[in-house]
Amino acid sequence: MKMLSFAKRNSREILRDPLTVVFSLGFPVVLLLLLTAIQANVPVALFEISHLTPGITVFGLSFMTLFSATLIARDRESALLQRLYTTPLTAADFIFGYALPIVPISVGQCVVCYALAIILGLPVTATILYAVLMILPVSLFFVGLGLLCGSLFSVKQVGGICGALLTNLTAWLSGVWFDLKLVGGAFEKIAYLLPFVHAVELERAVLDGRYADMLPHIGWVLGYALLIMIAAVILFLRQMKDR
Amino acid sequence: MNAIETVNLTKRYRDVTAVDSLNLTVGQGELFSLLGINGAGKTTTIKMLCCLTRPSGGDAYLMGHSVTKDAPAVKALIGVSPQETAVAPNLTVGENLELMCGVHGFRREKTIQRVEELTRQFELTPILGKKAGKLSGGWQRKLSIAMALIGEPRILFLDEPTLGLDVIARSELWDTIRALKGKTTVILTTHYMEEAEALSDRIGILRDGRVLALGTVDELKKAAGTEKFEDAFIAIVKGAGK
Repeated sequence: MKMLSFAKRNSREILRDPLTVVFSLGFPVVLLLLLTAIQANVPVALFEISHLTPGITVFGLSFMTLFSATLIARDRESALLQRLYTTPLTAADFIFGYALPIVPISVGQCVVCYALAIILGLPVTATILYAVLMILPVSLFFVGLGLLCGSLFSVKQVGGICGALLTNLTAWLSGVWFDLKLVGGAFEKIAYLLPFVHAVELERAVLDGRYADMLPHIGWVLGYALLIMIAAVILFLRQMKDR
Repeated sequence: MNAIETVNLTKRYRDVTAVDSLNLTVGQGELFSLLGINGAGKTTTIKMLCCLTRPSGGDAYLMGHSVTKDAPAVKALIGVSPQETAVAPNLTVGENLELMCGVHGFRREKTIQRVEELTRQFELTPILGKKAGKLSGGWQRKLSIAMALIGEPRILFLDEPTLGLDVIARSELWDTIRALKGKTTVILTTHYMEEAEALSDRIGILRDGRVLALGTVDELKKAAGTEKFEDAFIAIVKGAGK
């Protein structure tokens, strides 16, 4: 009950920020439309709608990290969090209260992307539903990263690190915009040691119905999600104690 | 039972002692002011009493509950209005009040009842649907105090509640604070001498984390041998620095 009240406040704060709507829904939609238009004129296998949409749904989640990190960093810098620390809310209430609202927003973003993809020619199959479900573990990683960055950095730093660096890292190292094999070497190896490309390949495998191919990728995504969540909780508790 | 009792309460930050073996008692329903120049230890004392900062030594008991050993029980007793206005900017005034009811675990009926009561008490009706971030400084302060009170605290901490307010807004807030006397124990920190003089039952003057003087306004004026309270404060603080 106490945690839900806090989560409700957080979802309101996020959804009432016009930038959230622009970036979480507008940006992926524009990218899908733009790249589909390019694909119509200059066909590239990478930008076929069935290949592109899973990547866009993962790339869009980098904005969820930005939203959650900004909210936490802003709360830390304001006296509101100080006030809330003096209430009966527990550490678990704070962590779940920040994390929970982002998950439905992530799923909503994913649903909008697939709905638009259907309009743009993606065949309607049950695998779309599974792909939406599989966005949950991926979103856990991005939400955890938001908690971590929000606990560590100031609002200004979050803007730079999550807004610029993370979105670019997600773009370059996920294989959404170019095939990582084209670069190869150390770049490809590093990319496959990080979760971004695994998240995209997991989504692609599910959408294609290649369920056997999910296995290595879901392990990477869940492993990173778990590690990031543990680190985020430790850091959040530490800054809560330091307060 | 005293509302607050501190026993050798101490806070050290590396080689700086912000609060040094503080021993204080505050009775139930009393309005107690902590005065002091910047860095005297007022805010650190309040942070320790609110369980925001762990003491380096000693302990404090709020209605018998230790801030070091029983923080959840202490948190259930207190309301805090921090120095900076602490409101959720994208939430309306009503939603801010509901948020505080929610984090105190109130049920729906009680939430509605408390929001109505506080709206009436603080005359918030004209701004109930407005976003808190868009309000003037005076309204935000009022809302901040209403949020501190909505959980029905036994002890209320007001850290510089009228900082930056105009004369009228300050006078209105004084009326609100006066109305709490006798019902809620209030701990007030302020830089305004006239505010402490007008509102307090007793005053503690701090310097370098230690209590220099403690008593009613008249007792402090008498001890310093001055007519005006501000002169008494200056004499006590300067006298300790010599």
